[in-house]
Amino acid sequence: MEHLKDTNSRRVLSLLVANNAGTLSRVSGLFSRRGYNIDALTVGTTEDEQISRMTITLSGDDAVLEQIIKQLYKLVDVIKIVELEKGSSLRRELVYIKVKANDETRSKIVNICNLFRANVVDVAPESLVLEIVGPGSKIEAFFDMIKPFGIIEFVRSGVTGLQRGKTHVAPAKKKLSMPED
Amino acid sequence: MLASKLILKCLEEQNVDTIFGYPGGALLPLYEAMRDSSIKHILVRNEQAAPHYASGYARISGKTGVCLATSGPGATNLVTGIATAYLDSIPLVAITGQVNTNLIGTDAFQEADITGATEPFTKHSYLVKDAKEIPRIIKEAFHIASTGRPGPVLIDIPRDIQLENVKNVERNPEMRIPGYKPNYIGHTGQIRRAIRKIKQSKRPVIYAGGGVKLSHAEKELLSFAEKNQIPVITSLMGIGAFPEDHPLYAGVVGSHGYDYSNAVMDEADLCICVAARMSDRGVAETQKNIEKAELIHIDIDPAEIGKNISETEVPIVGDARMVLAELLKKDLHTDTSEWLKRVDRLKRDIPVLYHPNLENGMTNPKLFFNGLSEITGEDTVLIADVGLNQIWAALHYPIIKDRKFFTSGGLGTMGYSIPAAAGAAFALGNVRGTDKEKHRELITVCGDGSFQMSMAELAVISLFGLDMTILVFKNGKLGMVRQLQHDTYGKDHYSGTDLDFDLNFESLADAYHLDYMRAKSTDEALEAYKKARQINGPVIIEVDVDQDFLKI
Repeated sequence: MEHLKDTNSRRVLSLLVANNAGTLSRVSGLFSRRGYNIDALTVGTTEDEQISRMTITLSGDDAVLEQIIKQLYKLVDVIKIVELEKGSSLRRELVYIKVKANDETRSKIVNICNLFRANVVDVAPESLVLEIVGPGSKIEAFFDMIKPFGIIEFVRSGVTGLQRGKTHVAPAKKKLSMPED
Repeated sequence: MLASKLILKCLEEQNVDTIFGYPGGALLPLYEAMRDSSIKHILVRNEQAAPHYASGYARISGKTGVCLATSGPGATNLVTGIATAYLDSIPLVAITGQVNTNLIGTDAFQEADITGATEPFTKHSYLVKDAKEIPRIIKEAFHIASTGRPGPVLIDIPRDIQLENVKNVERNPEMRIPGYKPNYIGHTGQIRRAIRKIKQSKRPVIYAGGGVKLSHAEKELLSFAEKNQIPVITSLMGIGAFPEDHPLYAGVVGSHGYDYSNAVMDEADLCICVAARMSDRGVAETQKNIEKAELIHIDIDPAEIGKNISETEVPIVGDARMVLAELLKKDLHTDTSEWLKRVDRLKRDIPVLYHPNLENGMTNPKLFFNGLSEITGEDTVLIADVGLNQIWAALHYPIIKDRKFFTSGGLGTMGYSIPAAAGAAFALGNVRGTDKEKHRELITVCGDGSFQMSMAELAVISLFGLDMTILVFKNGKLGMVRQLQHDTYGKDHYSGTDLDFDLNFESLADAYHLDYMRAKSTDEALEAYKKARQINGPVIIEVDVDQDFLKI
């Protein structure tokens, strides 16, 4: 599953945005309009009801990332952006996988789930639905193990994350320096 | 207070005195309230022209232009004009009516998602959902449109919101835009690095863009260039940022610029780009060299730095005027005498061509603009449309002293010049009933193609007796595209560029009660203009140009 690999060019941005109607379309529109690749986007509320947090997974080198960040900052609704880098951040994704299962394979699959701390959340005569949370590498390995049993369908939530330790993405203090006239 | 009244009060508080608009069902309440407002409403003849009027008005007055259109088709008609303003960084507030809130999303009569449609080329937009928010939204809209890198902001106001009765509303609320904080002051560390680079450079050149004019940095640019003896090249949008009769002036760069300017750019070892985007057209001829030379890029919009030219040695995010003022504080002891000699040599060796052999007994537009410069005053405003006329005007009418030149540079919108000039005329007070002596000389230049895109607006020009001259270069063709067809596919590979209809300009002028003159040659055109500039009011001069005068 080449397209799922957590390659070096895959980057994660965490954005604080104004919780306005249209903000999501402004952000997603910017990506399509400027030809940037977006792999996943999640959005949810924050401790401040006027602010939402978006986590965007995208691919691109440093130059592309810099331009994307600058263009995002041009949107009035975007308040703050940080890159969630691997070592210093928690980056997790939730995945549901519906896999073929029969009396012979069911216990094998459950064993694999136990090794990965994945859960079986639905059991049917011919299938199981598995649930796994983790960073890209873990999910990638889990997929490799489950694939031989026959994946019927799956869904990925997209990466969400936070910086480790005390650092946090606080809205920037207003610094407006007008030219003197 | 009725929300519709509140809207107008808030606009008055933003010093809006003129709105260019077109009414409709979704704006009935606002137009009803306008009857008692001090704001002057100019009824345009097609919403497509309204943002151009507002743009011309803004470019002359320095204020934010305002245009207004009803929901649906009225709003979508604004789209090109809004995009035009966005690409040229013109401060504009566009207000649109919207269907009643409960009808939004139902494909109601005259409903269009205008905030969605204009999202790629507005700086920001609002859909008003609560009448109480009107004061904050209008305050924010004008603030966003006019600060940082200016641009258009759209406010979409449903009809039922306009009819709400609002009580005890805070008229001067705090703005709520934590994500908007343009940076004006250049980073001191980067300014220090820029100074080092300039000191080390043997062949520096300043590339001045439209932002110099937007930030009113002309004086600082002149002082900086003179103090350090650095030649100045402008982009198309930057024309007028530096006096064209100055010894350090080195022309206009770009695919339609002067050949010698591109040659100067080619030999430079340092490019100091001041508030230009280094657009594809601007650097078309010199991209490789700009990549090779070192680049100091000053721009208030951080996203412009590194966007078109990947390697920027010194990025300075800030206001052109403030950054240049900082750079002026230091003595750089540059010695560019050899380089300036070389620049002069290039200027002499690569002459500007006038192609007298192509006139075919008709007007030579290049010589005409040279001659026009001798006739016109020191503070003339010249607005060019898009096409051959634009490049002829841009390159051959020198912008010196207090003259002003502008055009739709970024989007290249045909039909821009007539409404933009009308908007400029309103800003200048060039209207009937006022003294000719108090008017500023105003000329709009277009081709017979671009003229026909906006000729409905002649009614407004005539109605208000706007004191301006409309020069129409008539060759019966869409000249610039025709030239491209010629250059790309060879002689006679013309397709869809023949206007194929002999428009009777004299009858047209008569229909609109406009003064009309016809000029068949360069001399006749200059004579006609001499007469036209004595008239207090609008004049159309039809200027014949040979269809094969395709040189820009």
